[in-house]
Amino acid sequence: MSNHATGQGARALRSSDQPLLDIQDLAITFETSNGPVEAVRNAHLTIMPGETVAIVGESGSGKSTTALAAIGLLPSNGRVSGGKIIFDGEDITNVSSKRIVELRGNSIGMVPQDPMSNLNPVWKIGFQVKETLRANGLDGANSKERVAEVLSEAGLPDAAARAKQYPHEFSGGMRQRALIAIGLACRPRLLIADEPTSALDVTVQRQILDHLDKMTTELGTAVLLITHDLGLAAERAEKLVVMYKGQVVESGPALEILRNPQHPYTQRLVNSAPSLASRRLQSQKAKDALAAAVADLDTPVDGEHPAPVAPRTVPAAAKPVSADGRQHAQAGDTILEIKNLTKVFKLRGALGKSTDFKAVDDVSFSVPRGTTMAIVGESGSGKSTVAQMALSLLAPTEGSILFDGVEVNTLKGRALFDFRRRVQPIFQDPYGSLDPMFNIYRTIEEPLKIHKIGDSKSREKKVRELLDQVSMPASTMHRYPNELSGGQRQRIAIARALALNPDVIICDEAVSALDVLVQAQVLNLLNELQEDLGLTYLFITHDLAVVRQIADHVTVMQKGRVVEASSTDEVFSNPKQVYTQELLNAIPGATLLV
Amino acid sequence: MVMFTLRRFLQLIPVFFGATLLVYFLVFATPGDPIAALSGGKPMAPAVQAALRAQYNLDQPFWIQYGLYLKNLVTLNLGQTFSGQDVSAVIGRAYPVTARLAFMALAIEAIFGVLFGVIAGLRKGKLFDATVLVASLVVIAVPTFVLGFVLQLVIGVQLGWARPTVSGAAPWNELILPALVLGLVSLAYVIRLTRASISENMNADYVRTATAKGLSRGRVVLVHILRNSLIPVVTFLGADLGSLMGGAIVTEGIFNVPGVGNLLYKAILKGESATVVAVVGILVIVFVVANLVVDLLYAWLDPRIRYV
Repeated sequence: MSNHATGQGARALRSSDQPLLDIQDLAITFETSNGPVEAVRNAHLTIMPGETVAIVGESGSGKSTTALAAIGLLPSNGRVSGGKIIFDGEDITNVSSKRIVELRGNSIGMVPQDPMSNLNPVWKIGFQVKETLRANGLDGANSKERVAEVLSEAGLPDAAARAKQYPHEFSGGMRQRALIAIGLACRPRLLIADEPTSALDVTVQRQILDHLDKMTTELGTAVLLITHDLGLAAERAEKLVVMYKGQVVESGPALEILRNPQHPYTQRLVNSAPSLASRRLQSQKAKDALAAAVADLDTPVDGEHPAPVAPRTVPAAAKPVSADGRQHAQAGDTILEIKNLTKVFKLRGALGKSTDFKAVDDVSFSVPRGTTMAIVGESGSGKSTVAQMALSLLAPTEGSILFDGVEVNTLKGRALFDFRRRVQPIFQDPYGSLDPMFNIYRTIEEPLKIHKIGDSKSREKKVRELLDQVSMPASTMHRYPNELSGGQRQRIAIARALALNPDVIICDEAVSALDVLVQAQVLNLLNELQEDLGLTYLFITHDLAVVRQIADHVTVMQKGRVVEASSTDEVFSNPKQVYTQELLNAIPGATLLV
Repeated sequence: MVMFTLRRFLQLIPVFFGATLLVYFLVFATPGDPIAALSGGKPMAPAVQAALRAQYNLDQPFWIQYGLYLKNLVTLNLGQTFSGQDVSAVIGRAYPVTARLAFMALAIEAIFGVLFGVIAGLRKGKLFDATVLVASLVVIAVPTFVLGFVLQLVIGVQLGWARPTVSGAAPWNELILPALVLGLVSLAYVIRLTRASISENMNADYVRTATAKGLSRGRVVLVHILRNSLIPVVTFLGADLGSLMGGAIVTEGIFNVPGVGNLLYKAILKGESATVVAVVGILVIVFVVANLVVDLLYAWLDPRIRYV
């Protein structure tokens, strides 16, 4: 999209001095049961033909709502309550439904967010492309070939055969390619891309965005990109529009905003963008300890001390004693050791035959006490299966898991119960992992009750302490999950995991569902807790940007096997495997700030 | 798919034997002497009684009776009623009438239920939706025999639009009113189910995407909302066919329809095991086959479902 100025697209530069999309003082109001709520106010943005503009903001900032208004797709309880939307010189703010149907598809296209839910599951892919062409009067006699053409343009291999398949036979990346094919099938002049890749793996994300870039540049299509990822936006768009709480707080050329953010919100966003962060988070305590260590260095004791910027080493003095009085062993003592772990699933085939599928193949690693081990990989790499086996929720086919020197596989009854107390999970989806019928107090108290710890009075005290630890007010106790935001819910999930003073917390994509700012807060919290309580984390994630901020060691997995294992700094500064390099390159914005 | 269908038909065998055994036992265990009841309370010569008992195997223990019944069944002999008619002939007269009634009721349910449900779902919160919702609630709340008698009185007697009762041959046109009464409660459920399903699918992401592609409203509704919404409705309708066939006793009673419900009711009163078991056995088969058809329809409507 960067060389759009020469836009070769057939219709692209018909009127290059006139904006293609001009949104002026837009206000959008939703009718809710609590009265009208203004979701967007005074929003303004302009897109020139062939240009790429990104709206950046967290969820609820009104970025999607603004874009949907431009294609007349506001939810039924929403309406434009002020301002104007002008498309190619035509005021389409309150245009007739007939006219907007005419515009959709062949003038304004859309690529939606979630490829899993945006294709109708009951119709073949080819059908869904074909009806787009037909609705816009573009299906000629050779519509079948045209469908295949459109799909292969979007990077779908073997398109003619693929067109006969149903969406559930496609992977997420392939579905998104089909949706891009649909969005661009009728050669719109403006494409609205609403978080087009945030549901995909980083490497797939990069391929798809590159392809989208290439197509829109060739066709001269203007793109309105909606994203929560500042790094991605800056990398892909010429202009940025930053939205916060329904208002545009800043807009201008992408690199300028990135280098010199004016609004406080943009500044926070730039500072916490995970894709731009360069090193591991450190708790205040660790920073102090490090400062002390540096001070010691001034009067040299031995020459082997690392410089302050070198990989974090936790000073022995900072090793805490946990609340229940257990003394944490010295650093270097291994708390979790995985040896030659293998998991084979039987896939049901035709005629009662089953084929073996090795989800996890001979994986070994060990986690020193008080540190964070990250397992990185794309979906399907087997990383979550490892986590489930480490939690003893899934029995391994082969290999062993040693927790504090004890084999986990053979644990039964009482011993397994105790193991469960010492190893706690935090899962990805803060919406699904809290029981909606339990209030927060019951949610956090439940593990204490199950493990018969304390009486109701001491448990209440403990819940208060836990809420305090995760920086939530004690009044939260009587609220229900649906009254809390995603970040708050994840804090509750952390408090619940902490309730039993565990030694190890296994975080399965624990921050992937959160907005960047919230993600930064939660990562900071996890880091502080690690310092204070001497926790060990096994962090499962697909996001290397997160790894850089939280992990001491990294295990990179691909197709069930470990392809690289090293310290975090080593992996980032000197990746040995091509696959790891690909993962690193796929971090959006990685190349932007040096 | 073929294997799946075949397996389902094999499942019919244990289901059929289980059901007939259970029903046979229930009739056997019903208190009262069917032979004594035959003569209407008048004394009957002991020799005649004994002969009748022997004729219907009523002097045998339960297992022998059931075994003899099964033996006859293999030779397609369903036995005789107490009045000496072949059970197969009696059933052959009653089943077509009930089948006609049930299919008409099902058609009414499917056509009007889906139609009203779709309109209500698309116009959620508007006048039509509110009216249909209240009406369906009333229909569900009022018992069938009340509805039946009221409609019979108003439409059949006072307005004279239809015959209040059905004549012997039970032709299609005379069955419209009973079919309406029979299907009314399920109709209300179909409306509610369709409405809920439509209004849920209306907010699906793929519907928004379809709109963004530039499709007209009508096409979005027909192609993208309706097919997906019909999946749960089809399941309900299929399961309902079975209950319509067997559950028409009240309706058939009100309108004097000479169908299976009437037949079964009288046979149970008389303790005529042969008739009861035969009627129920066929109902069981209808039930299982209807459910199989639903499962196959399901796979046709939703390509994600494949049977192996």
